[in-house]
Amino acid sequence: MVAPPHAPHPLLTVDDLVVSFDGPLGTYRALNGVSFQVGAGETLAILGESGSGKSVTVRAVMALLPRHSATIERGTIRYDGEELSALPVRRTRELSATEMAMVFQDSLTALNPVVRVGQQIAELFRVRQRTSRREAWRRAVAGLERVGIPNAARRAHDYPHQFSGGMRQRVVIAMALALRPRLLIADEPTTALDVTVQAQIMDLLRELREADGMAMILITHDLGVVADVADRVAVMYAGTVVESGPLRTVYDAPAHPYTRGLMASVPAPDRPGERLTPIEGMPPSPLATPAGCPFHPRCPVARAACRTDRPVLRVVATGHEAACHYAEEVMAGVDVRGAA
Amino acid sequence: MSDGVPGSAVLGTPVVPTGDGRPDGADAPPVVVPRRRRRRLRLWIPLGVIAAYLVAGVIGPLIARYDPIATSVADRLLPPGSRMSDGGLALLGTDQVGRDLLPQIMQGARISLLVGAATLLLAGTVGAALGILCGYLGGAVDATVMRLADIQLAFPSILLAVFVAGVLGSSVTNVVLTLSITTWPIFARVARAQTLATRSRDFANAARTLGAGPWHVVRHCVLPAVAGPLLVIATVQLGFVIVAEASLSFLSLGIPAGTPSWGTTIANGRDYLASAWWIATLPGLALAVFVVCVGVLGDELRDRSDPNLSTR
Repeated sequence: MVAPPHAPHPLLTVDDLVVSFDGPLGTYRALNGVSFQVGAGETLAILGESGSGKSVTVRAVMALLPRHSATIERGTIRYDGEELSALPVRRTRELSATEMAMVFQDSLTALNPVVRVGQQIAELFRVRQRTSRREAWRRAVAGLERVGIPNAARRAHDYPHQFSGGMRQRVVIAMALALRPRLLIADEPTTALDVTVQAQIMDLLRELREADGMAMILITHDLGVVADVADRVAVMYAGTVVESGPLRTVYDAPAHPYTRGLMASVPAPDRPGERLTPIEGMPPSPLATPAGCPFHPRCPVARAACRTDRPVLRVVATGHEAACHYAEEVMAGVDVRGAA
Repeated sequence: MSDGVPGSAVLGTPVVPTGDGRPDGADAPPVVVPRRRRRRLRLWIPLGVIAAYLVAGVIGPLIARYDPIATSVADRLLPPGSRMSDGGLALLGTDQVGRDLLPQIMQGARISLLVGAATLLLAGTVGAALGILCGYLGGAVDATVMRLADIQLAFPSILLAVFVAGVLGSSVTNVVLTLSITTWPIFARVARAQTLATRSRDFANAARTLGAGPWHVVRHCVLPAVAGPLLVIATVQLGFVIVAEASLSFLSLGIPAGTPSWGTTIANGRDYLASAWWIATLPGLALAVFVVCVGVLGDELRDRSDPNLSTR
């Protein structure tokens, strides 16, 4: 059942995923054709601003979309050769924890407030592996030790609110990694934490990933957070992946004007006091996505074609894809404002 | 931090050692009762009172037998503490046909507690189960059951009692049934609301991402969240149910005559409030004290079971 390491097919493939929600203002598309892949042992960072569909994407993968308001209109989610989107949710639950697991953004809401943390982790061993109560507790404490919680044997008896934010996020990570999944999805794992703790958590995730050899999807809106950890990045905008490729390539030579805008808006440490270069305008409302390229109203290189033709993700260099009609020009660094 | 920690040391003012080498003020007696002890009292006093009621209800009628047809005209309307004609002491007085009130109240406790507990158990279980089901599943099940609950809430409970008593006759079981039918929507609504608020919280989702099925999520994530509010509702409802049983009995739709509940005894004393206040007042007092104790106990249990409120 377990595929050999570095199997020819990727671990997780999301292809042309379209998800819509029924809202009070009508139906809107949160995802508009999302495609990406994660190979075994690889770390993919999904970047994008709030509302770009990052969380919806991974929630669709974990079958966590609200049942009554969300619909997967189109597309496939394939895990290790199995098409999860065509199978009942039960199958995803069976794969959960042992194959794929998730770390949530807010550790306080991700833990049951009325159950001791040791118990919450031990439950997993008892239910999924049918171990004895004592053995489950022992493993839970070991799991807490592994993520660097001091005094784990004693702290396992505490409730979530008795932990600090950073320690709580470690608990959440311990829980997700308890059954050694092959794919860890981390949905903004450091957003709720302060900067020093952010670095600790990212280091922890990297160490654990290297130790277990698991693949990781790291969702974030912070370009800096992923720079040291990710192998590849996928940039999302308005419910689609607009660019994906190896991290260094995308950071050094972005092929989509949106990515380039993001890079330009990062403050440079060697030029303090410099005015930042923001991306003008606001992301489109999912109720009124513009025709053509969704980024064209804010795009400095937009031309006539961008207003009518929606660009698809295409290969612009080896392993590097972008959804822009003029990706080559953007990559070459043509002065976009002059060209427009 | 309430039990006698010397404030001066905490606030950082210089600590002057006294003769016995202890910081100044350390042996000053605490002014307020330590919170820990007050909290213990809040648990044990109501528990003690409720236990006393249970003992009185279970054993009392065995010792001081209550006979509904043993009337004695000579002893009618005696105030509390009087001697009766047979030489016995009427500790709580007698009613209008000369029956001792104490055994009557103890017998009444038995019926009232039985009806209260049985109703809460039945209505609570059914209501909570339906509420969680509705909240968790949503959709058509939710709509159907909740509209049923709305109809039930809009339907006068007395009319329902007339109906049940008319069709099934009046008995303790039928009173419990009637009261359960009137009470379950309240439990269902609270359970549903709490379930809705919990089922898509991140910790429930986190459980799902670790492979938990619906049953597991309900048992470990939803039930603990539902239990607290339901406990509070139950303590409030216990009072209502006992009073409702009294009103039904008053209208002779409830407990058959001859089995006194607190309600029937209160109703009996209604005509004699001016001349013999004890007939209606004492069982009323018994009822009030009981309901208050249950309320305090419920609050305390809720607080104790909520880890967010507990400090160690």
